[in-house]
Amino acid sequence: MSDAERPTDDSGDEFEPIEVFPEAGETDLRPGADDCYKCSTCDTECPVAEVDDEFPGPKFQGPEQWRLKRQDDHDIDESVMKCSNCMRCDSACPSDVPLSQMHNTARAEYVEENMSKLSREYWRNRMLANYRRLAPLGAMFPRTANFVTGLSATRWLGEKLLGIAGERELPEFATETFREWWTARGGPRVENPDKRIAYFHGCYSNYNTPEVAKALVRVYEHFGYEIMVPEQDCSGTPMFANGMLEDARRAAETNVRELAAAIDDGADIVASCSSCSMSLRQEYPELFDFEDTETVAANTWDAVEYLRVHEDLEAELEGTAVGEEFDDFAYHAPCHARNQGLDGQAVELLGLIDGVEAHDVGDSCSGISGTYGWKEENYENSMAIGAEMFDHMDDADATAGLTECPTCSMQMEHGTGYEITHTLEVLAAALVGDGADATGANATGARAE
Amino acid sequence: MAIEDDVLVVGGGLAGATAALAAAERDVRVRLVSHKQSTLRHASGLIDVLGYPPAGEGPLADPFPALADLPEGHPYERVGAEAVRDALAFFDGIAGDAYAGAHTDANALVPTHGGTVKPTARYPAATAAGLASDDRDALLVGFGTLPDFEAPLAAAHLEAAGVPFDARGVTVRFPGIERDDAKVTRYAHLLDRDEPVETAAGESTARAALAETVRPRLEGESRVGFPAILGDDSADAVRADLADRLGVDVFEIPMGPPSLPGLRLEDLLFDALADAGVRVTTGVPVVDYETGADGAGSSGPARIDRVTVDRNGSEVPHSADQYVLATGGLVGKGVESDRERVSEPVFDCHVPHPGDRYDWFVDDVFGDQPYARFGLPVDRDLRPLDADDALEFANLRAAGAVLGGYDFAAEKSGSGVSLATGYVAGRRAAEGCR
Repeated sequence: MSDAERPTDDSGDEFEPIEVFPEAGETDLRPGADDCYKCSTCDTECPVAEVDDEFPGPKFQGPEQWRLKRQDDHDIDESVMKCSNCMRCDSACPSDVPLSQMHNTARAEYVEENMSKLSREYWRNRMLANYRRLAPLGAMFPRTANFVTGLSATRWLGEKLLGIAGERELPEFATETFREWWTARGGPRVENPDKRIAYFHGCYSNYNTPEVAKALVRVYEHFGYEIMVPEQDCSGTPMFANGMLEDARRAAETNVRELAAAIDDGADIVASCSSCSMSLRQEYPELFDFEDTETVAANTWDAVEYLRVHEDLEAELEGTAVGEEFDDFAYHAPCHARNQGLDGQAVELLGLIDGVEAHDVGDSCSGISGTYGWKEENYENSMAIGAEMFDHMDDADATAGLTECPTCSMQMEHGTGYEITHTLEVLAAALVGDGADATGANATGARAE
Repeated sequence: MAIEDDVLVVGGGLAGATAALAAAERDVRVRLVSHKQSTLRHASGLIDVLGYPPAGEGPLADPFPALADLPEGHPYERVGAEAVRDALAFFDGIAGDAYAGAHTDANALVPTHGGTVKPTARYPAATAAGLASDDRDALLVGFGTLPDFEAPLAAAHLEAAGVPFDARGVTVRFPGIERDDAKVTRYAHLLDRDEPVETAAGESTARAALAETVRPRLEGESRVGFPAILGDDSADAVRADLADRLGVDVFEIPMGPPSLPGLRLEDLLFDALADAGVRVTTGVPVVDYETGADGAGSSGPARIDRVTVDRNGSEVPHSADQYVLATGGLVGKGVESDRERVSEPVFDCHVPHPGDRYDWFVDDVFGDQPYARFGLPVDRDLRPLDADDALEFANLRAAGAVLGGYDFAAEKSGSGVSLATGYVAGRRAAEGCR
């Protein structure tokens, strides 16, 4: 910017000051933009900029674009839709610039003002972002849904009609959702006003991998916790990533209200999905200002981290074994877990359990980043980003995978063919037993107790 | 309950990683907690010890004799010259073939991307063929899309600096790079994976196409220098492949931020941490601390009992017997300033500085800037001292740029101070464990 560009003559043009402060209701991103000293560390952490020639990187998407827009009535550049929302730039920045907050607001503005609401891209993204709305249909007729989504004709149609990568296999729906299981079980088996948690299970462990949610229940009841399962909507993660901020706001409003009520009842919030906990902890306070947003954020924990701090989990795991059920794992720490300081956790804890080790496969991004890798136009880049992780999984002394993020898990399986487990499932096997009562058939038996 | 370890290192740069590795030599449980990516990504990847003495003339041919003359309070004076040698040897053991320079005490002269010559004790193997003391003629190759390195200008600067060889610079198009602002990681990725690229002559691969772009520009030079973007994970293979195809030695010229040699050094250190069994927690800051009861009431210094790590709002306690503070200086934000004061944000250790902020700097930009020396004063055990020269805490040591009393940019001593103080702080912390 140069002062020389400003009109200094009295040509009659009325001087228009540059808008630097936000309008009421907007997020004030100025302090964040001012903190950027353009070291470009974020650009070196961005997995998309490394493989995608069309993506200018987080420094542009965040502080530079924000500044550009102060000067002139620029539209948000469409390249913001190439950002996968892995949020690695957040933990890269040595100057605390809230990059993902800037990306989320810019993306929302782009979708609102520049993306045609009639376009295939908009509806494809809306559908991917609102998985929570579609999943109940699949869960209602899981066998039919699994059969239909597994058909190659369906996948071909998905790609041609919707732009969903045909190479990917849609996740299978569980024959019984976690919430159905929970209700049939009669809810909590432990009552304890002093040790109470509210479980934010998210969409995936409800509709697709209830075994993860059941593992959480077994582990927490083992430690004597009373578990609440409040009403909840999608955490918002896929909506942020697709610029559907209004959809996310509605979901967040429900979640904050319900979780704040649970906190009032003496519970802390735990989540088993690292993107859900990231969303509640960081994105909600950055993007929304409902009453209690901050309270919910400050009382939300990763489910394993919570036990680590509130119980002597290490002593409890020492000397336990998982027998034949699990062998060594190639462990991938999801980017959203790394941003919460959870990167070493699984490796440290599994090291205490006899007969099982977790081998860290490095700090690269898996490349799927939620809905990013599901889009036909991103598939190749998604796999190029994942190549480093696939190589390291291949090199690791293990033939199974371990992670805490549902979509990382899909990518790990897609790239290696390994079966992928959640850390909570291993802890449940070590602490509670061989996992027999977590299966559908035995859950019936458990109810008969 | 707190997450427990014996030694807790706060900070994940060169000093913090070295401290954790040195502590892990002993039979203690070590954890390193690091907030953001360290300033290693701003760094050249060179390991300097002392290029210019704080008073007197430089560059120094040999840094070691000059260590004895450093003023009281300089980090090297605190740990002693022998510790500097021990720390370098420790680094050599970790770096292995990835670094060169251990064969001599003398400073090597490495050409920089500005065409100046930097005195340094150790340098990445990737820069070895480029040393300015080598009398072979050199071709420097820059890329139009990478304006941070202007090869003809750098070559002219080198010749003006009096290097004993002819340097010539050319600017070419990097095959496979389309955009003007492609990231350095994009260049490195294309070469690492040797990806297919389009050239005027048809489809090729990144390494072959780059070699073919450079080959016709060679005029008998026996070595070719590129900006430091020649691969990340497979940098050695990329360099060897290019050298093989061109029939000359290939070297890298260290670049400014963001720096791949800095990234590679970081990877090297974090791989070593994993191998040494150090537990690593990244992405979250240490925001507070508590002192223990056993310090209260007695006249001795307080002991840190636990620190609080802020995980996106939730407060996670970590406890250890010994702590090392290696959070960096003004750039790394281990030392902060506002209009009122200069401070150390984690433990609020004493940072000596003039009360009037107009005395923090001098008008000559390249002059003797007081702020450059801001940092913690420490005893010879690297334990921070308060305004009365008493220990701040009984079980805290400090290492790297958070220390005061030296101007690393002017002295070219940043890496060496981080290594030497990190090494000493880590060892003493482990020895001090109860």
